[in-house]
Amino acid sequence: MPMSNESLINCEHVSCTYGNAAVLDDVYMQVNRGEFVGVVGPSGSGKTTLLKAILGTHPVAHGSITMQPKLTLGYVPQVETVDWYFPVTVEEVIVMTRSKSTWWPRITPSERKAVRDVLDRLGIGEVANRHIRELSGGQQQRVFLARAMFCNPDILIMDEPTSGVDVRTRHEVLHLLADLHADGLTILLTTHDLNGLAAHLPRLVCLNKRVIADGNPREVLTPSVLESTYGAPMEVLEHGGMPLVIDHGRVPMRGEGK
Amino acid sequence: MLAFDLFEPYGFEFFQRGIIVATIAGALCGLLGVFVVLRGMSYIGHGLSHAVFGGAAASAVIGINFFIGAGIWGIISGVLIARVARRRVLGADAAIGVVTTASFALGLALMNRYGQASKSIEAVLFGSVLGVKVADIVAVSLVAIFALAVIVVWYRKLLFSTFDPDVAQVSGVNVSVVEVVLLSLLSLTILVTMRVIGTLLISALLVIPAAAARMTTNSFSKLLWISPLIGAITCFVGMNLSYHLDTSASATIILLDALVFIVVYTVAGTRNRMKMASLGHV
Repeated sequence: MPMSNESLINCEHVSCTYGNAAVLDDVYMQVNRGEFVGVVGPSGSGKTTLLKAILGTHPVAHGSITMQPKLTLGYVPQVETVDWYFPVTVEEVIVMTRSKSTWWPRITPSERKAVRDVLDRLGIGEVANRHIRELSGGQQQRVFLARAMFCNPDILIMDEPTSGVDVRTRHEVLHLLADLHADGLTILLTTHDLNGLAAHLPRLVCLNKRVIADGNPREVLTPSVLESTYGAPMEVLEHGGMPLVIDHGRVPMRGEGK
Repeated sequence: MLAFDLFEPYGFEFFQRGIIVATIAGALCGLLGVFVVLRGMSYIGHGLSHAVFGGAAASAVIGINFFIGAGIWGIISGVLIARVARRRVLGADAAIGVVTTASFALGLALMNRYGQASKSIEAVLFGSVLGVKVADIVAVSLVAIFALAVIVVWYRKLLFSTFDPDVAQVSGVNVSVVEVVLLSLLSLTILVTMRVIGTLLISALLVIPAAAARMTTNSFSKLLWISPLIGAITCFVGMNLSYHLDTSASATIILLDALVFIVVYTVAGTRNRMKMASLGHV
């Protein structure tokens, strides 16, 4: 997907707080149409707060976030926050995003067809009438992706899309996002997963309250940047043409090496 | 028991009015109880009923209409709870505890100081079918129609903000307004039903039918009619039983609800275990 210089989201001098504690400090970041951007950083670095500030659910203490007029955002929260016992089917979850545009309580035939189309596009057309608890990890992630896609967003914003999922599901999500990006969708996500997800993305922003580095993984995933971001020494190797981050914080286990 | 004995209470006007109010109240509490249970706000019914008691006492002392005084009091309490809970420094449970117990205590103090305390307090706390008037039937019917209309028109917004409030907010649903409307509906429901059910037991009517219904279905839309049905039937049968057994109407209704819950819990548990066993999980 060719990138353009058309800015969709522009964060300038953005600072956010929880009470008196600063979570984001003077953050600059711009997301252009067609980009696929990953935000990485340790726990408490402000990744989720940055997304919430962009989504308008967390107040910006200083600075500004400007968006292109009439920008449609598709948001995928962490699936770990979902109540899987809630009595809803996949179809009902997906049409929820039309809550503002219609008062009619029942799902209309046209909505049903649109749900089927978006599920087919994500390769899970058969799960429309299932209860959300009856889905596999990969299907769960795809359903919430489908809900975000249902409103034809200009940009997809995802919070930790591979958090708590197994390796196979992570691969599925990564390939799916790559396909969606190739189809022209702009994607902004946060992740902890440096090797499994971040290293595969075209652009990374390293965040620890402020932006430490911004660029492609080869430029950004360096020992000095990672130490500044995570506060711990890390080694970066080359593997299969991609950077591979080695964490030096490993503690030897009892009995190891005997 | 002879057949005509079963209809004996219907010869009394107070019972006719009482059973109409109780049955509509059961359906109304069952309907709103779905949101109370799914939002994890089971304690709020308990809290709001105490808050409304404070409003009822204050209305009596000031000399204004019970429905207006206690209604406004209840709605303000609901809004205060929502505001305090949203600050996240305190959880919703602490917010409910602070706002409603203070309101309840104020009600008690006012009644002790100015009212004919013991009799009035007992009637409000435990409910009484004897005092039900035609105005109560009109009030509970109006609130039931209003609640039903809100739930039909706002079905999607209510469902979205209950399931996933953060994403609902991002998608343009005003979650705060939805919450305030829901809490106001709860306050109004408690207000118009407290004379029959009583403030102490009304929270059970908001929780038990919805909790029992939840175990029978995985569909939100089905839940919205199964829960009111359980509420209405248990209130109707409970009222009849209370007359024949000479027990408190509210206590009989709640005990019947509890019995329904136990039966559903047992049947649902057995069914789930059989399903899991057939899948080879146990």
